[in-house]
Amino acid sequence: MADPIKVYPPKPSHVYFYATCLIDMFYPDAGMAGIQLLEREGIKVCFPEDQTCCGQPAYTSGYHDEARAVAKAQLGLFPEDWPIVVPSGSCGGMMRKHYPSLFKDTDHEVKAAEVAARTWELTDFLLNVCHIKLKDLGEPTTIAMHTSCSARREMGVAEVGPKLIGQLQNVNLVEQVRAEECCGFGGTFAVRHPEISGAMVSEKVDTLTDTGAEAFVTTDCGCLMNISGYAEKNGKPLAGQHIVSFLWERTDNGSGS
Amino acid sequence: MSQASSEDPHHIDVKEFHPRARAAIADPKIRQNFRKAMDGLISKRKDAFEGMDLEALRDLGANIRLRALANLPDLLEQLEKKLTENGIKVHWAIDGDEACRIVRDICVARNAKTVIKGKSMVSEEMELNHYLEEHDIKALESDLGEYIVQLAGETPSHIIMPAIHKNTGEISELMHEKTGTDLSNDVEYLTASARQQLREKFMNADVGVSGVNFAVAETGTLCLVENEGNGRMTTTVPPCHIAVTGIEKVVGNLEDVAPLLALLTRSATGQHITTYFNMISSPRKPEELDGPEEVHLVLVDNGRSSIYQDDELLDTLRCIRCGACMNHCPVYTRVGGHTYGTTYPGPIGKILMPHLIGLDEGRHLPTASSLCGACGEVCPVKIPIPDLLVRLRRESVDGDKLNPAKVRGHGAKRGTLEALVWKGWSWMHARPGAYRFGTAVAARLRKLQPGQLGGWTEYRTAPRLAAKTLHERMKERGQ
Repeated sequence: MADPIKVYPPKPSHVYFYATCLIDMFYPDAGMAGIQLLEREGIKVCFPEDQTCCGQPAYTSGYHDEARAVAKAQLGLFPEDWPIVVPSGSCGGMMRKHYPSLFKDTDHEVKAAEVAARTWELTDFLLNVCHIKLKDLGEPTTIAMHTSCSARREMGVAEVGPKLIGQLQNVNLVEQVRAEECCGFGGTFAVRHPEISGAMVSEKVDTLTDTGAEAFVTTDCGCLMNISGYAEKNGKPLAGQHIVSFLWERTDNGSGS
Repeated sequence: MSQASSEDPHHIDVKEFHPRARAAIADPKIRQNFRKAMDGLISKRKDAFEGMDLEALRDLGANIRLRALANLPDLLEQLEKKLTENGIKVHWAIDGDEACRIVRDICVARNAKTVIKGKSMVSEEMELNHYLEEHDIKALESDLGEYIVQLAGETPSHIIMPAIHKNTGEISELMHEKTGTDLSNDVEYLTASARQQLREKFMNADVGVSGVNFAVAETGTLCLVENEGNGRMTTTVPPCHIAVTGIEKVVGNLEDVAPLLALLTRSATGQHITTYFNMISSPRKPEELDGPEEVHLVLVDNGRSSIYQDDELLDTLRCIRCGACMNHCPVYTRVGGHTYGTTYPGPIGKILMPHLIGLDEGRHLPTASSLCGACGEVCPVKIPIPDLLVRLRRESVDGDKLNPAKVRGHGAKRGTLEALVWKGWSWMHARPGAYRFGTAVAARLRKLQPGQLGGWTEYRTAPRLAAKTLHERMKERGQ
């Protein structure tokens, strides 16, 4: 299901940063880290002030009129032809994969397809467009990684996170069993089917903890909220971070912030 | 179909998904049996495709099925013509009840009292055993898994491995209780006992009923995939063989079968090929020593032609019933097949059953997914299952004025309060000023944030709002 025609553009002078509503309200540090990583690569980052939410929660719940109204308000935020970089596989997938079908046969069809085509998941963009080279300044540590299902299957970036972490010489990345299995977040699924979602996240926390890792990183704040929230409630010693927060913290020498 | 009828004593209320899911999740045996089995199947499938260009093969499989569906009406006519020329009698059934009546009429005409059955999910869909029993015809399942499920008075919990919800110990106890075999954990012994009992039934059965994996239009050939030899026995030993299948199982040409078979067995059980592969093209010819005198094919519609009318939903009919979507589904693995309360469980059931029973009855099915996409990723014929789940969610709440809902029973899940919540959500997120104001106020008041958030906080702590939104921080930065 990964986009079969992903052609990376040359490294641009500017990008739009689409932060996502979860990062805006719950994890702004991850948003700042993403912006600073891009800026350190010499890219000017434009943060459209009028951004809100990509519309995905209503879309996956079946309320497409409501999703379309919200998505439509995002389509006008990117007037220049710069890439749109999203620190989430899930919201990135919504924009890249689902905007074209959501606006099919409407006046916004062309615009939606055009926005979709230049939407990139942030880590993919850092590795494959910026060709980022990370210099690890942190203490030795062992971590695990959970790649969100949408980052893995809609955006096709499952190999990106491990490659970025692989550049950090003091970080030992360990893989949990059933790494490709969903953590159980699924947006409104976690609330509609709490018992199933709860069973899924409990096993995800177990497999992550079993690796012996001190912490885990993930591509998506939905997964982060789910996995960390379960670990915290159940007293499991597993800290979590968005991958870009981790990458920034380990490589920031104080000059970029 | 009778599944939707509340007068049926076998009736399972599909709407009661939640209580069944809770019970399954609380049952360590169910959890262990499914986890162990699914882990095994996932790894076998992976090994079986090792070294093959899986994407190219899946593309080929998808295209073969798409081509067949594009020509479905013509292919069905061609199939009927060829089968008739070959001496196989073709029957058409609009629904499960009519298909049951056809099977019964054939039995009655032959004065048949006992039927031996090979594995057939369409016959489960028809609830054939139950129907025949009501009409004094005894039907016995000969597939080992189906036999176990029948002994237990249950329905299959998986379309390929019907008794996957039971472990060896449970099967041993069941067989001991129902057939008098010794209690044993020796799988060989249990299998041999079942085989012994079934062998006698085969010899005495009046009619054999089987399913069909692929029906080839150009040659009039019915292909049947199986591992136990029971399919071959069912279709050759009794004097009359009745095959039942959905109308979508037809393919154009014999050469279409090889790639589909390669995909089917590897996706289903991780086998390069099954132990038996039967190609049935006629009743016994005068010079032949064995085989049935009479062969029938019952082509069952049961809602399929209405799925066929819709360009997007049509993809559901590509399915070759391998079960890989359920094997890889994190929800199915947790709750097991019976929780769904439908003939076809798991991801394929979630997109197929709403058409067969109506979206009102099946309203919870499309929601029982995290949309993780594992099903779509492994589907050998590339059915976009997650997209179809979203489509059915949309239909179940009548959520799109631009694309009015079409599936029977649409709109049944639309609740006034929920619709209002989404309207409010949409209003705020479509107005950047309102959004920025609202989120900034929420950040200020974060200490007042409720600690309990329904189902979320049963298992997790509540997410904590940041002191300042990213919007505010960017504003401070001068951007």
